[in-house]
Amino acid sequence: MTAAYDFLFGPFAEFAFMRRALVACFAMALGSAPIGVVLMLRRMSLFGEAMSHAILPGAAIGFLVAGFSLPAISVGGVIAGLIVALLAGAATRATDQREDASFAAFYLIALALGVTLISTRGSAVDVMQILFGSVLAVDEAALLLLGAVASLTLLVFAVIYRPLLADGFDPEFLRSVQPGGGTLYHFIFLGLVVVNLVAAFQALGSLMAVGLMMLPALAARYWCRSFVAGMLVAALIAALSGYCGLLLSFHADLPSGPAIVLFAGAAYILSLGFGRHGLLLLWHRRRHLEA
Amino acid sequence: MMIPAGEIRLTDVTVAYDRHPAVHHVSGRFAPGSLTAILGPNGAGKSTLLKAIVGQLPVAAGSIERGPLKARDIAFLPQQSSLDRGFPISVLELVLLGHWQRAGAFGRIGRQGIEAARAALSAVGLEGFEQRPLGTLSIGQAQRALFARVLVQDSRVILLDEPFNALDARTIADLLALLQRWHAEQRTVIAVLHDFDLVRQSFPEAVYLARRLIAWGRVEDVLTPENQLAARQMAESWDEDAPLCAVDDHHDHHHAA
Repeated sequence: MTAAYDFLFGPFAEFAFMRRALVACFAMALGSAPIGVVLMLRRMSLFGEAMSHAILPGAAIGFLVAGFSLPAISVGGVIAGLIVALLAGAATRATDQREDASFAAFYLIALALGVTLISTRGSAVDVMQILFGSVLAVDEAALLLLGAVASLTLLVFAVIYRPLLADGFDPEFLRSVQPGGGTLYHFIFLGLVVVNLVAAFQALGSLMAVGLMMLPALAARYWCRSFVAGMLVAALIAALSGYCGLLLSFHADLPSGPAIVLFAGAAYILSLGFGRHGLLLLWHRRRHLEA
Repeated sequence: MMIPAGEIRLTDVTVAYDRHPAVHHVSGRFAPGSLTAILGPNGAGKSTLLKAIVGQLPVAAGSIERGPLKARDIAFLPQQSSLDRGFPISVLELVLLGHWQRAGAFGRIGRQGIEAARAALSAVGLEGFEQRPLGTLSIGQAQRALFARVLVQDSRVILLDEPFNALDARTIADLLALLQRWHAEQRTVIAVLHDFDLVRQSFPEAVYLARRLIAWGRVEDVLTPENQLAARQMAESWDEDAPLCAVDDHHDHHHAA
């Protein structure tokens, strides 16, 4: 019994950095996972990935100016993310390109630029830190930022729930009852995506942050068919992934960020196979229909 | 001259729809309480005209007058293909969106509003479907739910874009009865349709469109063999140089404006 307790809770009871990391994961679960659900429903699943790279040059410039300073990196990241979003949108509208193509171009440029900028001044360790984060090194300030962003996200979602719903499934109707409304809420939502990615940046880095945003959301899709339930289940899966990932990284001495995202990935694979709308039941139902 | 509530008046309306076929120089009047079908070949600009009336597309030249109504007071039912039917929304939530003009994005809908939505659902034959996810409905049932939303919107003017597309005969008959009810309630109803027989049987007025106006008036005067031939000829001439023509026209109107 005590062995099980030690295994499951010991690391958190013993080490403050494990507790902070866990709280950071819970905050990210509450903020990012619901964002992921909306991204997925709007067919923007790859957008989060693109944005997480897009914030890199800004974060790098913040790093060059002020070292590992949370405010500098965050402000730089938000600015860079918004610039890339606007540039890609403008390139799409000005030419004949599809938006995903413009995003791919701009985020690849941003990624290369960001890594180059960091390596002019920093070491290979700094590059690793920026790309993969270090959830075990999350400090008080970063925790506060994560908590604030998660609270803001939930609050804004509560306020713009109805427009998000309408814009997601019937944008033409929304435009007919509120001219220009769709664009406004779309940009509020994009702002939330960027802010969440920046807040998760220190903990999970630019490459892993989006993992905790999208994987739980995609997994939740196999369990529920309602919007709010999807968000709740996604947040739950994200929080569990955080807990399990931290535990695994502690006991097996693995990097924590990838361990967390791998657990979220496992939740996705399991849901794909065994979820209420997953492969197994689909296959079962099809056989019944044929029989 | 004052325009009465429920009337929509078009004066030399041109709508340019970026890289899509546009509508040119259309003039005419939807009288209050009229029931009108908009007909025309594919790409004739029927949907474009509806979107301009409801204020979704800007008018490049000419004017659309709605009298005391604002564009957003008009109930608009887009083509069902523009919907994401896989979106996790319940039938009741979908119908409740019809309160938008009164409740806005944030306002309270209240018990009365929910009752109105339930009543609308039973009026379209979807009683008991309130909590069903939209994705589990057939196309016909989904269209019934969308009609319930129009009922809840309770507008003086109702625009429908291909409301009977891909529906079974039973659903078409039920929804057509709703249209007749709105007509009897003196609402102005405008529907884009394809089925000439259905229009002949059920619509007093028609607009025949082929990017330009071919005819507007009583159905029997509009749906003549000559007009159909004219529409077909116009449609064939787009196919050869449709994009070029659209761009040229677009520029012309810029100069004119």
